[in-house]
Amino acid sequence: MSTTTTDSTSPTGEIGRDRRRKEDARLITGRTRWTDNITLPGMLHLAMVRSTSAHARITAVRTDAAKAAVNVVDVFTGADLADTVGVCINAWPITPDQKTPTHPPIATDRVVFAGEIVAVVVARSAAAARDAAELVEVDYEELPAVVDLADAERNQVLAHPDLGTNRSAYWKFDSAEAGTGGSVEAAIAEARTTGVVIEREFRQQRLIPSFMEPRSVVVDPTGEQITVWSATQIPHILRFALAATTGVSESKIRVIAPDVGGGFGGKLQQTPEEMVAFAVARRLAQPVKYTETRSESLLSAHHGRDQIQRMTLAATTDGRVTGLKVELAANLGAYVALVGGGVPVLGAFMFNAIYKFPAYHFGVTTYFTNTTWTDAYRGAGRPEATFAVERLMDELAAQLGEDPLVVRARNWITHEEFPFTTVSGLSYDSGNYELATEKAKALFGYDELRAEQARRRESGDPVQLGIGVSTFTEMCGLAPSRVLGTLDYGAGGWEHASIRVLATGKVEVVTGSSAHGQGHETAFSQIVADRLGVPFEDVEVLHGDTMIAPKGLDTYGSRSLVVGGEAIVRASDKVIDKARPIAAHLLEANPDDLEFVGGRFQVKGTAVAGVTIQEVAGATFVAHNLPEGTEPSLDADATFDPDNFSFPHGTHLCAVEVDTETGRVSLRKYSACDDVGVIINPLIVAGQVHGGLVQGIAQALWEGAQYDENGQLLTGSFVDYLLPTTADTISFDLDHTVSPASSNSLGAKGVGEAGTIASTPAVVNAIVDALRHLGVSNVAMPCTPYRVFQAIQQAVGQKSASGGNPS
Amino acid sequence: MIPAAFDYVAPTTLDEALASLSAHRDDVKILAGGQSLLPVLRMRLNEPGLLIDLGRIESLRGIRDDGDALVIGAMTTHHDVSASALVQEHALLISEAMTHLADPQVRHRGTFGGALSHADPAGDLCAPALALGATFVIASAGGSRTVDAGSFFTGLFETAIGEDEILAEVRIPKHTDWGARYEKFVQIAYQWSIVGVAATVQVEGGLFAAARVGLTNMGIVPLRAEATESSLVGQPATAETIAAAAALAADGTNPPSDLNGDADYRRHLARVLTGRALRAASGVA
Repeated sequence: MSTTTTDSTSPTGEIGRDRRRKEDARLITGRTRWTDNITLPGMLHLAMVRSTSAHARITAVRTDAAKAAVNVVDVFTGADLADTVGVCINAWPITPDQKTPTHPPIATDRVVFAGEIVAVVVARSAAAARDAAELVEVDYEELPAVVDLADAERNQVLAHPDLGTNRSAYWKFDSAEAGTGGSVEAAIAEARTTGVVIEREFRQQRLIPSFMEPRSVVVDPTGEQITVWSATQIPHILRFALAATTGVSESKIRVIAPDVGGGFGGKLQQTPEEMVAFAVARRLAQPVKYTETRSESLLSAHHGRDQIQRMTLAATTDGRVTGLKVELAANLGAYVALVGGGVPVLGAFMFNAIYKFPAYHFGVTTYFTNTTWTDAYRGAGRPEATFAVERLMDELAAQLGEDPLVVRARNWITHEEFPFTTVSGLSYDSGNYELATEKAKALFGYDELRAEQARRRESGDPVQLGIGVSTFTEMCGLAPSRVLGTLDYGAGGWEHASIRVLATGKVEVVTGSSAHGQGHETAFSQIVADRLGVPFEDVEVLHGDTMIAPKGLDTYGSRSLVVGGEAIVRASDKVIDKARPIAAHLLEANPDDLEFVGGRFQVKGTAVAGVTIQEVAGATFVAHNLPEGTEPSLDADATFDPDNFSFPHGTHLCAVEVDTETGRVSLRKYSACDDVGVIINPLIVAGQVHGGLVQGIAQALWEGAQYDENGQLLTGSFVDYLLPTTADTISFDLDHTVSPASSNSLGAKGVGEAGTIASTPAVVNAIVDALRHLGVSNVAMPCTPYRVFQAIQQAVGQKSASGGNPS
Repeated sequence: MIPAAFDYVAPTTLDEALASLSAHRDDVKILAGGQSLLPVLRMRLNEPGLLIDLGRIESLRGIRDDGDALVIGAMTTHHDVSASALVQEHALLISEAMTHLADPQVRHRGTFGGALSHADPAGDLCAPALALGATFVIASAGGSRTVDAGSFFTGLFETAIGEDEILAEVRIPKHTDWGARYEKFVQIAYQWSIVGVAATVQVEGGLFAAARVGLTNMGIVPLRAEATESSLVGQPATAETIAAAAALAADGTNPPSDLNGDADYRRHLARVLTGRALRAASGVA
């Protein structure tokens, strides 16, 4: 059973307060340590020579002209660096027989996607490096390239001919085999005779993460440790990967992720550029810097999504789902990236979403193509799952002629049924789908908009109104290490924190969750301020440097607050435990008689002032008068490994206007009621939801990476890869329900991905809803005006051909 | 994104600029606001040996009333054109198009003459200039000449400006009291036009006394929808007249096919948008 409160009472402490972010001044003005702002004495600059071919044998790399150019120090090819450059690893082989081609950071004899590094120029200035890179000549013997995922499935042209197949792995989950539910095939067979079967194929287009700060790396090999600054989400994982694949001792590598300008999963990677920079710096024993251009970023930083989803939903005629079968094809691109094939597997547990499906089957086949490698992108597997199931629930409702919210309510887990073990085997601890839906409907004005929709249909208005529903959930707080173990993931899911109480009573919080723009410093300060009873301003959060924060598993999967925040809570509690006997000693009281309230130790039931934890810190520092045998330190560490995921959920309602004369879609209204558990900082949560919504809406309407048949990226700049700005969005109406998570004492569930996961199907459902009376039942994403217009034309054409009335 | 090395001069008079130009004519690019040229240089799509920056030539800036025409200096920024009451009064179509042009940052750097000289078929100023019958004053060391809008746009990113010439100003015949509308069709705000329609009309006594319709991105150069224009003149300003005229808007066009749509879709858009632009310009519901 979950406790649900909906009143937002004004907070008494820091938790729940709208705190402006401590980070804002430096992040917004840019007066900070971005990696590219770092300049070291004697630093050299790198420029990459990248493959112009999607698949080719390298027959020659001629570097003489480049080496002779002004201010060029050296030029290295793949062959030059092969022994020292290491490899890019795959940390999540999803099956024991997964095919995982070696991924050299710099190609030696063959290139397998356009944009792969084939040579690196080292020069005394970035301009000289770029100029000389133009002088490197590479001879290619072209090989046939497989570009499209559907072509890869046919296995005729091979991305890696030596593997003999484009198929990397097949991973499945079946509820009948797992004992978590019935047989899907039986459910489908029964529905074919007595019920309803909905079969659809959806395409998750390829997306480009498009973080604001391009990737950048500086490597300084001149100290005792080799120091690597990188615009990365994962300094700790990068250090491990550098050490594991180059033979340099982990203790000889220091990785610093200074302020990092966004990632969205796109910087959850051990990149070839980092490996090449590391190798070159070691080779020359001089500091080097590499900062990519935006063009290079779009071309060669990992992409996301790119799946074909083949869905079969079985239901009774009264709208109860009896089974869901999912078969995915997922495009890995040219290599299995760090998490790579694991991304669709993360979605495997979420296709059943908020529903009590009695039978479920999930299978994914991962394929290689001669395209940029793919990996995590905001939501990673879960947006794909949510999209497909929420599209299907709308299709089911349409087929039955019922309201999509009513059909959902018939199938969802009710408030009283928590905790609930799902057909995919997860235990949902808390939620209240009824309340979130009720509040979202009220915000949205659902009934009024339905009435307007009916009027527009009736009058044949060229601008039709559609309403889309998305009742999403996701698994957050990655992740219980034991679960990761059962999935063959190559690491745990814990997080580490240290609290250092300084002589002046100020507090340093060290977290292994390295932020890249989320506001960790602010939210973590609020938690510690409340826990230790010290002023918010007295808390300093340190992160992103393996020397300062030696242990950590970084930031992704909405884990920082849920896992990293809980580690901070536990470390804080240890500080209080260490301070208590010292406080008792100072107060000449028995430790058991003390209470700790508002940052102050007091003898219970007395009005004596007591002593603050900051005063205890001073006494501990001088250590003049401590109890016998007491360690003179209040510092404490904690490592937290969650025993369950957290499960944010929400009801999102989107209204769109579709101009049937042009196909253009305009957002009319968007209302969302999310349950992200207990909210630490409402301002940060609103920002996360707003940004997330826009990113998910962008998948529905605008973004999509496109290649030509030769594997050349057509959307290689923001002229063609359409990234929305504020001018393209509307104001969102947001509300929350609060069902605290049970997996951490904060009750937080995570909010980093919620908006992105929920919004994409809400928008597409709205578009289809606007046009369904014309005969439209799907529009491929991104739903460009051209595609929407074609869908209308096709549907109207079919209707009139079959004697229907096209008006 | 680092451009190849180039030399740079920033003359303060048009004569100095023209002298530099004739000295280096085959290896030079003229830098106006740089909003199109700099990305081209940074992507190394062009590697000129010399950039002549017109930014310090004061005589090329400003908007003045010259009797029957407005004269807009080539180096006047989009922002200054869009903020101009003179333009609003006498060339409303230009003001209309300006509201759709790029974003505020670009409008503060980009220039009127620069955008027209760049002659991007998807740029938003060429069709309005054509529709308004602008004339282009082009300077060279030997003097200056005038070219009609109809002859100015000669091809894809090509104009009548010769190798030793610089666009100095654009004369726009006054269209005082004409209604105007620029319909720009894009997916996101900062995008180049998929199709744009620039319409300006003069309605007298309920009849169309005159109509001009320019089309953006319906060919390699901006086009006039001449069949639409001529079918309107003398007709009543009604939705029916406009619908019939708009149906002719794509006649004789040759639009591109790309990720945003094929040529047929663009022709369809041109017809729909022409109807909308004409209705708005003439105040017909």
